[in-house]
Amino acid sequence: MTDISSPNRVFDVTSDAARARVRKRYRAEARFRAYGIAAIGFAALFLVALITDVVYRAAPAFTTSWLSIEVPATPSDIDPKGDGSVESIASGNFDAPVRARLAELLPGANDRVARRQLNALISSSGTEGFRDQILRDRDLVGKTVNTRVLLSDDADLFVKGQATDVVERAGAGQLTPSGTEGTITLSGAPPLRVSGFASADPSTLVRISGGWVKITGQQDGVLTGDVMMPLRDTAAADWKLVTFETSEGSRRLGDREVVWLQTLTEQGVIERSFNWRFFTNGDSREAELAGILGALSGSLFTMMITLVLCLPTGVAAAIYLQEFAPKNKWTDLIEVNINNLAAVPSIIFGLLGLAVFLNFFGLPRSTPLVGGLVLALLVLPTIIIASRAALAAVPPSIREGALGVGASHQQAIFHHVLPLAMPGILTGTIIGMAHALGETAPLLLIGMVAFIVDVPSGPTDAATALPVQIYLWSDLPEAAFAAKTAAAIIVLLLFLFIMNGLAIFLRRRFERRW
Amino acid sequence: MAWIYFLVVAVFAVLGFYAGRSRAHAFRENGHNLHSLPGYHGYFVILAIIVPMLVLFAIWSTAETRLLETQALHSLPAAFQPTDDLSRATRLREIHNVASGQTFGEVPPEVRSVGEAFAHNLTLSHWAKLVLGMAFGAFGYLWATRRLSPHFRARNTVERAVKLILLACSIVAVLTTVGIVFSVLFETFRFFARVPWWEFLFGFQWSPQTAIRADQVGSSGAFGAVPLFVGTTLIMVIAMCVAGPIGLFSAIYMAEYASPRVRSIAKPVLEVLAGVPTVVFGFFAALTVAPLIRSAGEALGLDVASESALAAGLVMGVMIIPFVSSLSDDVINAVPQSLRDGSYGMGATKSETIKKVVLPAALPGIVSAFMLAISRAVGETMIVVMAAGLSANLTFNPLEAVTTVTVQIKTLLTGDQEFDSAKTLSAFALGFVLFFFTLAMNFVALQVVRRYREQYD
Repeated sequence: MTDISSPNRVFDVTSDAARARVRKRYRAEARFRAYGIAAIGFAALFLVALITDVVYRAAPAFTTSWLSIEVPATPSDIDPKGDGSVESIASGNFDAPVRARLAELLPGANDRVARRQLNALISSSGTEGFRDQILRDRDLVGKTVNTRVLLSDDADLFVKGQATDVVERAGAGQLTPSGTEGTITLSGAPPLRVSGFASADPSTLVRISGGWVKITGQQDGVLTGDVMMPLRDTAAADWKLVTFETSEGSRRLGDREVVWLQTLTEQGVIERSFNWRFFTNGDSREAELAGILGALSGSLFTMMITLVLCLPTGVAAAIYLQEFAPKNKWTDLIEVNINNLAAVPSIIFGLLGLAVFLNFFGLPRSTPLVGGLVLALLVLPTIIIASRAALAAVPPSIREGALGVGASHQQAIFHHVLPLAMPGILTGTIIGMAHALGETAPLLLIGMVAFIVDVPSGPTDAATALPVQIYLWSDLPEAAFAAKTAAAIIVLLLFLFIMNGLAIFLRRRFERRW
Repeated sequence: MAWIYFLVVAVFAVLGFYAGRSRAHAFRENGHNLHSLPGYHGYFVILAIIVPMLVLFAIWSTAETRLLETQALHSLPAAFQPTDDLSRATRLREIHNVASGQTFGEVPPEVRSVGEAFAHNLTLSHWAKLVLGMAFGAFGYLWATRRLSPHFRARNTVERAVKLILLACSIVAVLTTVGIVFSVLFETFRFFARVPWWEFLFGFQWSPQTAIRADQVGSSGAFGAVPLFVGTTLIMVIAMCVAGPIGLFSAIYMAEYASPRVRSIAKPVLEVLAGVPTVVFGFFAALTVAPLIRSAGEALGLDVASESALAAGLVMGVMIIPFVSSLSDDVINAVPQSLRDGSYGMGATKSETIKKVVLPAALPGIVSAFMLAISRAVGETMIVVMAAGLSANLTFNPLEAVTTVTVQIKTLLTGDQEFDSAKTLSAFALGFVLFFFTLAMNFVALQVVRRYREQYD
C-alpha cells in the first residue's frame, strides 16, 4: 500500500517527552471520567437532599398534640336548655369548662389579654372531641370527664420542639423576691451573662418558688422582672435560670405562652398521637385542622375523568395511525401534530381549558370535570406515542397468521394484536397518568386553586387537587403549614411511587420478547 | 341528569345488541347462511342506537344553557335589563344562584322569579332531552333492525364505522392544536386591538394593573413584555448552565463508561428525578435552596433577593437534567461502534474518542436535545411561580428577583378576573408568545437533526 512513514520524523516512545505526553493523556482521560461520575453523583445527591429535606420537614405534620385533662361537664354550659336532650347538648358551650379548667392549671392569667392568650393555646375546634364524648354518653353531664383537647398549631409546634429550645441551669445561691405578682425585683443575684433583654435577644427567665419571672433588667445584684406565673411566697429560695433560645420577636408564641406550655408539659398533661385528621379532613385556615382528604378526592375524580377520556381515545388514535392510516400528507400532519403537542408547555393547556371549556362551553369552574378534560388532552400525546410503540412491537407474524386464517384486518388487530400490545399500552398509560397526577399549572388556570373546605362528592363539585393543595399551602406563612406541605408532598410522591412501581411490575410481568 | 342519560344509552345499547344478535341467530335457524357473524349484527344495532343519542346529547347540552340564559335575560323586567357585559354577567350569576338554591344577600323579587323560571325550564329541558334521546334511540333501533337480513354485510358496515371512530380519535390531537391556536390567537388579537403589538413586544415597562372604572386613579397599565422575556431568558440560561454540562456528562458516562451495574443504579435515579412533580421542585427551591443561597450570599457580602433568579434557575436546571441526559444518551448510543473502533485503532484514548469522534457525530442530536430542553425550561411554570418573584425587573443579575412569562400568565389568570380587560387578555398574548416559541424550537430542533444527521448505515 502507500508508504506514509516520513524518514525525518521519528517518534521515540521511550523518550521523556513522549512518556509525559502519554501521562498527560491518561490524566485527561481520568479527569473526563471523573466529570461523568461527578455529574451523576450530583443528580443523585440532589435527589437524596430533596427527599431528605421533604421527609425532615414533614415529620411534625404526622403527629398532633393534645391536652389530656379532667374537665367538669358543667350542666349550665354544655346543656343550655337543661333537658339533657341531644339538641341542647349539641348547641352547648364546651369551650367554657375547658378554658376554666385550663385557667386552674395555669394560675395567674387574670387580665383579658392573658385570658385570650391562654384560650389561644387551644385549637378553635379543639373541644369537638369533648362534645362527641358527652353526646355519646349523656349521663356524663354534671360529672368530671377525662377528655382530650386539641392544641393550636403554634402550641403544637412548641411541643414538638420547633418553636424554641428551652435551656435550664441551676442558679448559684438564693434569691429573695419582692412580691408574688406583677413587676418584682429579685435581690442577691450574681450578675447574669446575657446579651440583653430586648425582644430580639433570647429570653431570660428565673424559676423560683413554683413561679416564673421574666428578667427585664439587672443592676448591682438586683434583677428586675415581670411575673409570668405567680410565686408561692416571698421567702428567699433556690432558683433556676431558664433561657428560651429563640428570641421572642422571631417566634409566634410569646414568652408567657411558652411558660404555660412548659408548665403543662411538666405536669404531664400533654400527649401526642398520630395525626389522623390529616387524612380525614378537608382544607382549613387552621393548620392543626387542615387535611388532604378534599385534595385527594379532587385528584381522584380528576384522574378518573382523565383516564376515562384519554385511554380509549389514545388507544384508538394509536391503532388508527399505526395500523390503518394511509401514508399521505394528512397522516403526516397528524403525526407531526402529536409530537408537537407533547412538547407544548402545560400552562398552555390551561389557557385552552379556560378559553374553550370554561368560556366557550360554559362548563363549571374549579371542577374536576374540567381539570380531567384538560389533563386528558395533556397526556393524550404520551399515551398515543406509547401505544404506537407497543403496537409496533407486536411481530407481524401474529397479524399475518390471523389474516391467513381468514380474519378481517380489524379482527386481526382487535382480536390478536391489541391484546398482545395491552401490557405496553397500560404501562404507557400509567406513566402518563402519573405525569397528570403531578401536574399543577393548567389546574391553576381553570380555577382549581380556590380555598375549598368541603370534600367534593362528585366530578362537578368545586374541588382542588393534591399538587395544587401543595402549592396553596406552601404559600401560607405559618410554620405549621410548611410541615403540612411537606407531608402532602410525601403523600403525592407515595402515589407516584406506587403508580410507577405498578408500571414497572406490568412491564416485567407481561413484557414479551419475540 | 347526564348520568341518567348515559345510563339510558348504555341500557339501550345492551338491549339493542342482544336484539340484533338474536335476530341474526333466528335467520341462521331458519336455514339461511349469514354473510356476517351474528355479533356484528348486534354491533350494528348498537351503533345505530348510540350514535344519534350521543350526537343529540352533545348538541342539546351545548345549546340549552346558552339559549335558556338568553331567554331568562330577555324575560327580566326593563329595570333589570343588563346594559353592558359586566352587569350581564352579574345578572346571570344571580339567576344561576337562585336556580341552584344558594342566594347570597338580597336578590330582587323580579330576578328571583326569573331565576326560578330558569331552573324550571332547565329541568324541563333535561327531561325533553332524555325523552327525545330515547326516541332517537328507538328510531335508530327500528331503522337498524329493518336493515338486518341474512345477506346484510353487517361486518363491513361496522368496520367502516369503527374505522371512522378511530380516525375521529386521532383527529382529537389535531383539534387540540387548533383549539390552542384559535383560543390563544383570538384573545391575542383582541389584546392587540387595545395595546399595539410593538409596545407589547418592545416595551420596557410591565405593570398590568389597569383601572377597572374610568374614574379610578393610579394604575394606567403598561404592557411592555421585555422585562418578562429577559427574566425568562435569565432563568433559562441559569438552568441550561446546570442541566447542559451535567446532563451531557451523565449521558456520556452512562453510554460510554458505566458498567451494567452502575447503569442499573444511575438510570433509575435519573428516571425518579424526571418523575418528581414540578411543584415539589418549587417547594424545595422556595423553602430550602433560596434561603441557602441567600445566606451564602450574605456570608460573601452579596445582597441576594429572597426570590432570586439563581435559586429558581438552579432547581429548574436539575429538573431538566434527566431530559437532556436521556435524549443525549439515545443519540450517543446511536453512533455506530465502528467509528469508535476506528478511533481506538489509531491509538486514541476513550475520552479522546468521545471528544473527537463520538460527540461530533452525535452533535445534531445533542443540539436538538438542548433545544427541547430550552423549550421545556421556558415553559416550566411551578418552579418559577413558587421560587421566582412577581416584580418585573429588567436585569441580568441572577441575584435579583425577576419574573417570567409563565409566572405572569398564572398571576393574571388566577383570582378575580373580568374577561374583557387588557390585563386578562395580555395573559393570552403571553401564552401566544410562549406557544409560538416552543413550536419554533421544536421545528428548529427537528430541522437540525434532519439537515445535519449523517447516515452511517
